[in-house]
Amino acid sequence: MWMDHPGWVVFGTWVAALLTLGIISFLYRDNPVYKFCEALFVGLSAGYWFVSYFWQTLLPRQWDPLADAFGVLFSGRAVPWGEFVLLIPATLGIMMLLRLIPGAGWLSRWPLAFVVGFTAGLRLITFLQSNAIAQLHNSVQPVLAYDGSGGFLLWNSFNLLLVTVGTFAGLFYFFFSKEHKGAFGRVARLGTWFLMVTFGAAFGYTVMGRMSLLIGRIDFLLVNWLHVAQ
Amino acid sequence: MTATNDTATRTVWERLLTIDRRIVFVFVGIALVVPFFLGVSQKMPVSREVRMMADAMERVPDGALVLISTDYDPPTTPELQPMSVVCMKYALKRKWRVVICGLYPMGAVQGNIAWDIAVRDEQFRDRRPVYGTDYVNLGFQSGNEAVIQKMGSDIHSTFTRDYRGTPIGEIPIMRGVTNLGNLDFMVNVSSGYPGTREWVQFGVDRFGLKMVAGNTAVQTTEMTPYVGKQLLGMAGGMRGAAELEQALGFPGKAGKYMVCQSVAHVIVIAFIVIGNIAYFATGRRRRGD
Repeated sequence: MWMDHPGWVVFGTWVAALLTLGIISFLYRDNPVYKFCEALFVGLSAGYWFVSYFWQTLLPRQWDPLADAFGVLFSGRAVPWGEFVLLIPATLGIMMLLRLIPGAGWLSRWPLAFVVGFTAGLRLITFLQSNAIAQLHNSVQPVLAYDGSGGFLLWNSFNLLLVTVGTFAGLFYFFFSKEHKGAFGRVARLGTWFLMVTFGAAFGYTVMGRMSLLIGRIDFLLVNWLHVAQ
Repeated sequence: MTATNDTATRTVWERLLTIDRRIVFVFVGIALVVPFFLGVSQKMPVSREVRMMADAMERVPDGALVLISTDYDPPTTPELQPMSVVCMKYALKRKWRVVICGLYPMGAVQGNIAWDIAVRDEQFRDRRPVYGTDYVNLGFQSGNEAVIQKMGSDIHSTFTRDYRGTPIGEIPIMRGVTNLGNLDFMVNVSSGYPGTREWVQFGVDRFGLKMVAGNTAVQTTEMTPYVGKQLLGMAGGMRGAAELEQALGFPGKAGKYMVCQSVAHVIVIAFIVIGNIAYFATGRRRRGD
C-alpha cells in the first residue's frame, strides 16, 4: 500500500511528533498551536468514528442486506423476507436524525425511548446478577484462613477481616434512615475512612494512568521520531 | 538565628508554596526522559491478581481456542498494548488458536498491531501462524454489550465477515464455533466502556466464559471486586503490564516504562512532601506573628 512507503512513514511520524509537541505545549500556557492540535484531534476522532461505523456497520449490516432483499424482490427469485425486518432500525435511525428538523424533532423521542428502554432492560438483570448477587456471594467467606495442611494463615486472615469490617462499615455509612450518632455513628465514620482509602487508591491509579500516557508519547518522540533511545 | 536569616528562610518556604507549576513539569519531564537512556528494566514482585491471571492462563491446554478482545484505542496503548503483546506471545508459545475481535472501532487494529509485534519475537522465528487456521481477526462490531449478548447465542450472525472481509463461514478456525460456549478461554484487554465490566456481566456471568482481563490504571479499582470468581485474574495499569511480562516470561516495554513511572512518582511524592512541609512551616510562622 502507498501508506507503507518509507517516505510516507517518515512524513507521518513527523506530523505526529509535531502534533504531540503542539499538545504538550499547553503545559507552558494555553496557545494557538495547542488549540489547533486539539481541534484537529477532536475532528479527526469524530471523523474516524463516523467512517468506521459507516463502512463496518451501516453499509454491511443495514444497507447491503436491504439492497439485496429489494433486488431479489423484482428478480423473481425466492425473497428473503426476514431481511425486511431491517427496515425497522433503518426507520428508527432516520427518525433519530429528524432532531435536526425543528418541526419534526419530536419524532426523535421514539427511537430514544427504544434505546433507553432496551438498554435499561438489558442491563437491569445483568447488573443485579453480576454486581449485586455475585458480589454478595463473593463477599461471604470465612474470616479465618487456613492452608491446605490446616495451618493458620495470619496475614490472609487479617486481610479477610479487614474486607469484612470495611464492607460492613461502608454499608453503615450509606444507611441514611438512622441518624449517624453513638455507636452507629462511629461505625459509619469508620466507613468513611475505608471510602477515603478507596478513593485515594483510585486517585493514585489515575495519576499512574496519566503518567503512562505521557511515557507513551515520550517513547514515541525519543524512539520513533528522534531515534535517540531504544 | 538573626533577623536577616529568618526573613530569608521564610521567603524560601513561601516561595516553595507558590512554586510555578511549570517547574514541577520540568522535573517530572526530566524524570520521565532520563530512564529512556539508561536501558534498564524494573523488576517487581508479582501481585496476587497478576499471579492468578498467569496461573489461569497456564491451566488452559495447548492448542485451545482462545478469544482475545482488544477493546481500546491508541490513547491507552502505553498501558494496554504491552499486555496484548505479552498475551499473544504466550498464545503463540502455547499454540493456542486465537480469535481476535474488538468492541472499539480501533480495537481490532490494535489487535493486529499487537499480533504482528508478538509474531516478530525471536522465540517464534520458526513459527508461521496461518491466518484463518491458527488465528483470525473478526474486526469491530458496533452495539457494545449487545454484541457480547449476541455472541453468546450466535457468533456467525454477530460477525458476518472477518477483518479482511471474508465470510466467517469460510474461515477454517471458525468452523464449529457457534457461540461463546465453544471458546476455551478469553483474554480481555480493555480501556473502558464497552470492556471488562460488560464481558463479565454478559460473557462470564451469563454464558460461563473463563476470562482474565488487562485494564487501564483508571479502571483497576472498579474491576478489582470481580477478581476471584468472576475474573480469574487481572493486570491493572502499567505496573500490571510489567508484572504480567515477568509472570509469563516475556520481558517487554512495560518493564522499561516502569522505571520512568517509578522515578516520576518519586518526584511527585517529593514535591508533595516539600509542599506540606512548607505549608506547615509558614503556618506556624503566621500563628507566631
